[in-house]
Amino acid sequence: MKKIYFFILSSLLIGFFYILFFSLKIDKNYDTQNLIGKNISEIELNLLNENKKFNTIDLKKNDFTAINFFSSWCGPCRQEHKYLMSLSKNKNLKILGINFKDDEKKANEFLNKLGNPYYLIASDKNGKKAINFGVYGIPETILINNDMLIIKKYIGPLNSSEVKEILKIVENK
Amino acid sequence: MLSNLGNLFIFASILVSLTLIYNSIKEVNLNNNLISRNILNLSLFQIITVILSFITLLLAFIFSDFSLINVYENSHTAKPLIYKISGVWGNHEGSLLLWILILSLFSFLFLNFNKSNNKKFVLLTVIIQNILSLGFLIFLLTNSNPFAELYPVPKEGLGLNPILQDPALAIHPPLLYLGFVGSSIYFSAALASLISAQQGNNFVKSVKYWVIFSWSFQTAGILVGSIWAYYELGWGGYWFWDPVENSSLMPWFLMTALLHSLLILERKKGLYLWVITLSILTFTMSVTGTFLVRSGILNSVHTFANDPSRGMYILIFLSLMIFSSLVIFYKFAPVEKRNFEFLSKEFFILINNWFMIFFLIVVLIGTIYPIALEVLSQKKISVGPPYFNVVLAPFLIPFLFFLSYGPQSKWSSSKLVGLKKNLIIFISSIILTILFFYFSKMENIILNLIIIFSIYLILQSLGDLYVSFSKKSLNSFNTSGLSRIISHLGFGLLILFISFNSIFSVEYDLNLKKGGNKNIDNFKIKLIGLEYSNENNYSKVVGTVQVTNQNKKTSEILDPEIRIYKSPETITYEASIKSKILSDTYVTMTNLEGSEFYNIKFQNKPFMNLIWFSVMLIIMGGLLKFFERKTK
Repeated sequence: MKKIYFFILSSLLIGFFYILFFSLKIDKNYDTQNLIGKNISEIELNLLNENKKFNTIDLKKNDFTAINFFSSWCGPCRQEHKYLMSLSKNKNLKILGINFKDDEKKANEFLNKLGNPYYLIASDKNGKKAINFGVYGIPETILINNDMLIIKKYIGPLNSSEVKEILKIVENK
Repeated sequence: MLSNLGNLFIFASILVSLTLIYNSIKEVNLNNNLISRNILNLSLFQIITVILSFITLLLAFIFSDFSLINVYENSHTAKPLIYKISGVWGNHEGSLLLWILILSLFSFLFLNFNKSNNKKFVLLTVIIQNILSLGFLIFLLTNSNPFAELYPVPKEGLGLNPILQDPALAIHPPLLYLGFVGSSIYFSAALASLISAQQGNNFVKSVKYWVIFSWSFQTAGILVGSIWAYYELGWGGYWFWDPVENSSLMPWFLMTALLHSLLILERKKGLYLWVITLSILTFTMSVTGTFLVRSGILNSVHTFANDPSRGMYILIFLSLMIFSSLVIFYKFAPVEKRNFEFLSKEFFILINNWFMIFFLIVVLIGTIYPIALEVLSQKKISVGPPYFNVVLAPFLIPFLFFLSYGPQSKWSSSKLVGLKKNLIIFISSIILTILFFYFSKMENIILNLIIIFSIYLILQSLGDLYVSFSKKSLNSFNTSGLSRIISHLGFGLLILFISFNSIFSVEYDLNLKKGGNKNIDNFKIKLIGLEYSNENNYSKVVGTVQVTNQNKKTSEILDPEIRIYKSPETITYEASIKSKILSDTYVTMTNLEGSEFYNIKFQNKPFMNLIWFSVMLIIMGGLLKFFERKTK
C-alpha cells in the first residue's frame, strides 16, 4: 500500500515538474502574429447605434477590410485616428470599426468630434468578441482580404509607414 | 574592492557551511548527549560571514559604488537614503542574499534555542538547514552574484524602478522573507524528527514558536504588500489574485493549517504525520512560489528580470528537495493510529485543516492551470478574480461557522456545548444582517450569508473576550484563549469589512479639462487646476480635484499626480487618497495624449482602514502567543 502511494505521489510530482520545466522554455511575450495567414472565424456582432446584427462572413463582399478596434477612452486610438481617416478614402478598402468596452454615447461623441472613418461600426461592449479575433489590447488593426484571410496585424496605433504598407497591399490586388 | 570583499565572505560562508555539515554528521552518531562547542562556534562563524557579506552590499548601495553591476542597475546617487537601502533587496541578487542571511540567522538561533534538546534531532536539523543554505549560496555565487563587477565604472546608476520606491515596499520583502524562510526551520526539523524518530514533545517544542513567528510575519508581509498595491499601483484595489500574490497566500494557508494541527499534536499526541506533511509542504510551497516569481514564468512587478537559467536552478533545487523529502518520509514514517471523537475539538481543528487545504488547492489550480495549459496545448488563458471569488466565497460560509463554533468544543469529547448561547448569538446576527439589508437593499444571497456568519463569529469572539477578561482567573486555559480570540475576531471583521467594501464601493471614470466639472449621482467632481514642477529625480503634474458630496454637503480637495521619473524613464500615476476611518476617497489622473483632457478616475471605498486594522488584529493574535508562555 505504502509503495502504491509513493508511486502515485512521485508520478504526480514528476508531471508537475515536467510542466514547470517546459514552461521555462516558452516564449513569454504574448504574440498573435502567428494568426497571419489564417482565416478569421465567422463572428456575429451587434451594430453600434442600430439594433441589428452583423456577421463577419459579409466581409467577403469587400476586396479588403481593415478591422479596427477602438474606444473613446483609449488615448493611442485618438493618435491613429487621422490615419484611419486617410485610409477610409481608399476605394479598395473598407474599415470595420469595433467599439471595444465603451459607452455608446461616448463612442458617438468621439466620432462626431474626430470624424468617422468606418463603413460599419460594431460594438463589443464586454470585450468578449475581441478575444475571438485574437486581440491583445487596443488599438489593434487586422487587415483581411475577400477570403477572410488575415494579411497583416497591427498591434498598437498605426503610424505613417504602416499606412503606406496597407495602401500598397490594397492597391496591388 | 567591495566586490572582492563580498565574494570573499560568500566563499568563506560556503566553506564554513561545508565544515559544519561534515562535523555535524560526524557528531550525530557519537554517544555523548551534548552538542559540542565546535558546532556552536562554526554556526556563529557562519552567521558572521553572511552578515558581513550583507553589510558589504549594503555599504555599496549606500555609497553608490557603481563598480558593482547590481548597484549600477538598481541605484542612483540622487535617491533618498531609505531607497538606497531598500534597493539592496529590491532586485533578484540582493534579495537572494537577504534570503540567505535570514536562513543562516534562523539556523543559528534554532541551534542555540535547542542546545538541550535531543542531540541527534537538533544536529540533523542543522545539517538539513545548512544543505539548504549551501544550495542558495551556490546559486548566488554561480548564477546571481550581487558582487559581480562592472568595468569601466559608470558615473551614474540606472535607478530603482519608481513603483518600488515606497516605504511600504521597503519593508515588504524582509517581512515576507521572515515568513517564507521561517518555514525552512520546520521543514528541516520535520525531516530530522522523522529520521531521528523524535515524534513527540521534542519536535513540537522546538518548532511551535517558529510556526507562529513565520505565520505572523507572513501575514504582515501580505498585508504590507496589499497596502502598497492599494496606495501605489493606482487601481484602487488591494487584492488582485495575481499569481504572485497567490504564491504568498498558498504557504499562508499551509502555515495556518499547521498552526492549528500543531495544537492537536501538542495536547493529544495525534496527527504526527499530518503535521510533518504540512511542515514539509509549507517550505516546499514557499520555494515553488519563489520559482514562479523569479523564473519569469509569470510577468509582474515582482519578476525582476527574466532569466530562464535562474528558473532552471531553482527548479532543480526544488525537485531535489521534494523528492528527497518524499523518500525520507516513506522510509521513516511510523505507523499511526487515528481516531477522533466526532464533534470534539480535534475534529473541528481537522475541519479547519481541510478548509485550508481546499483553499490552497483552489488557489494552486488557478495559478498553475494557465501555465500547464500553455505547455500542453499552447493556449493562453488568464484566470482572474471571478474564478477565485465564485469558487471560494460559498465555502467561506461553513468555514466562518466552524471558526466560531469549533473553539467552544471540548478536547476528546463529542458533547455539544453551549447550544443555547450559540443559538442566541446566531439569531441576533441574523437580525442585525436583516436590519442592515433592509436599509441597504442588497440582494446577493451568498454575500448575505457571509455577512450573517461573519457577524456570528464577531459576536462569539467578543463574548469570549468578555468572559476571558471578566473571569480574571489565572486559569491557563483562559489566557491561552486570548490569542485565538483576537485572531478569530480579526478574521471575522476582515471578512465583514471586505464584504461591505465590495458592496458599497463606487467608481466613476470621466474626462475633464482644466476648469471643467461633472455631476455623477450625488457627487460633483471639478478639476480646478494643474501645476507643473520639478523634483529631485522626477518631474510632475499635480491636479487639484474638488470632490463635493451633494447629499452630505461636504467637499474635499484631492491632488493626484502624474510623475515622470528620470532614471529609468518611467511614468507613474500617484493616486491621491483621503483616508478616513470609515471610508476613503481615491482619485487618480492620467493624461490623454494629444488632448487637453485628463482622465479622472474617482472612487469612494468604504472601510479600507478597517480592513487593514482587521489584519493587524490577526497578526496581534499571533504575536500574543509569544507572551503567553510567560504568564503560564
